[in-house]
Amino acid sequence: MGSHAEGGSQAAGGGQTQRTQYPYVTGTSVIALKYKDGVIMACDTGASYGSTLRYKSVERIKAVGKHSLIGASGEFSDFQEILRYLDELTLSDHMWDDGNSLGPKEIHSYLTRVMYNRRNKFDPLWNSLVLGGVKKGPKGDEKYLGMVNMIGTHFEENHIATGFGNHLAIPILRAEWHEDMTFEEAVKLVEKCLLVLLYRDRSSINKFQIAKITTEGSTIYPPYSLKTYWGFSHFENPAQGAVGSW
Amino acid sequence: MTGSMDLPAKGGFSFDLCRRNDMLEKKGLKLPGFRKTGTTIVGLVFQDGVVLGADTRATEGPIVADKNCEKIHFMAPNIYCCGAGTAADTEAVTDMVSSQLQLHRYATGRESRVVTALTLLKSHLFRYQGHVSAALVLGGVDCTGPHLHTVYPHGSTDTLPFATMGSGSLAAMSVFESKYKEGLTREEGIQLVAEAICAGIFNDLGSGSNVDVCVITKGKTEYLRNHQLPNPRTYVSSKGYSFTKGQTEVLSTKITQLKQTVEVAEGGDAMEE
Repeated sequence: MGSHAEGGSQAAGGGQTQRTQYPYVTGTSVIALKYKDGVIMACDTGASYGSTLRYKSVERIKAVGKHSLIGASGEFSDFQEILRYLDELTLSDHMWDDGNSLGPKEIHSYLTRVMYNRRNKFDPLWNSLVLGGVKKGPKGDEKYLGMVNMIGTHFEENHIATGFGNHLAIPILRAEWHEDMTFEEAVKLVEKCLLVLLYRDRSSINKFQIAKITTEGSTIYPPYSLKTYWGFSHFENPAQGAVGSW
Repeated sequence: MTGSMDLPAKGGFSFDLCRRNDMLEKKGLKLPGFRKTGTTIVGLVFQDGVVLGADTRATEGPIVADKNCEKIHFMAPNIYCCGAGTAADTEAVTDMVSSQLQLHRYATGRESRVVTALTLLKSHLFRYQGHVSAALVLGGVDCTGPHLHTVYPHGSTDTLPFATMGSGSLAAMSVFESKYKEGLTREEGIQLVAEAICAGIFNDLGSGSNVDVCVITKGKTEYLRNHQLPNPRTYVSSKGYSFTKGQTEVLSTKITQLKQTVEVAEGGDAMEE
């Protein structure tokens, strides 16, 4: 993630230009994990414009249909475009009026096709998307959590993290996730990861949103902040060991 | 390095050999690749001293060159240094500073201080402007207390309560950031360091194999080589491997006599001595 798609050549005939793209307004990591009742997803509410923290109250997790949540990191305008595509999709699905509705697996599959096709045209949607949801299936309530990134790589897992979360949150999730966590345990684990990301990812801010999706539906909680600790004795006067050293 | 009677170094990096290397490269010489340590190294301060930890994998590009190398280097009896980056650079620079510290101990008659090692390392690395690719976690206990520092290849340093370096540093740092607190006991410190190194071993491709730990307290240093071996060989034949006669099927046999090609000439000259 982070490498530019250098496809600046002109296709003959149609006169279509292939664009080289750079992300402008970007969101940082999203983390998600499956727990007992469904899927929990969390991210911060910041969007950066290069190295400036431009927007501080951005909602990067949205509900899709009745059964899913989508979270995105990367270019925010591409996320808004994807939400429009999903709106059209869920609308036409609703108009069928056949008692069935698109589940998370189907939406994940749709997004994978969209992302991969755009990548093949050298015009990617510069996002890493996290798709989570619960839907009744043949084996009862089936929880689903997967991710797609800008080049079309997609997979399904019990815990997902995008961006910096891959390096900082995944080690914690791999060590501490287990089957059938309660909501409180899941929130604690997610907050642990969010705190590490806050300390060590320069583009994260101390304002987070947690969202959950269960068979009852989706809930996106209002934003809140975490307590940080800066009181280590070594942070005060680090050069005390040798006066005059640097 | 500067001896007591030699002229002091003029300072700065001598770029003569760089010009020669450039010239050779233009003539088509392919420079040998660096053997990097692709590492997870960590250190933390606990109530009685410092604990250093490291993994044991040395990589040469995508290949594991050494499965069980030692990344925790001796600097002084009370100071140890973990090294990440180019293996040759970390070895050479720690060896060099270690001998400088020994000479200094002889001259002063006192135990070495961590800031001495720190200053020697950072001055050397700054002079080489980042070309000496050594990223170090230096820890020790001296008369002024326990100290933990990180040294970057360009020569900057940090003084920290807990530190990680190397390609697995983010995985290890996530463990430290979520679990470190002040006033850890020795067992808790070793446990946390081992956990952080394991996070690097299992989540970073450049780190692997075993966990080395070094505990330094006032007056005592314990180097726990291979403290944990979380990657044992999975498939080992319990009977061992033996290849007895008759296990391999013989399909056909052909015996060729060796012909003598040397003809001894009777009455010829004696061999030259």
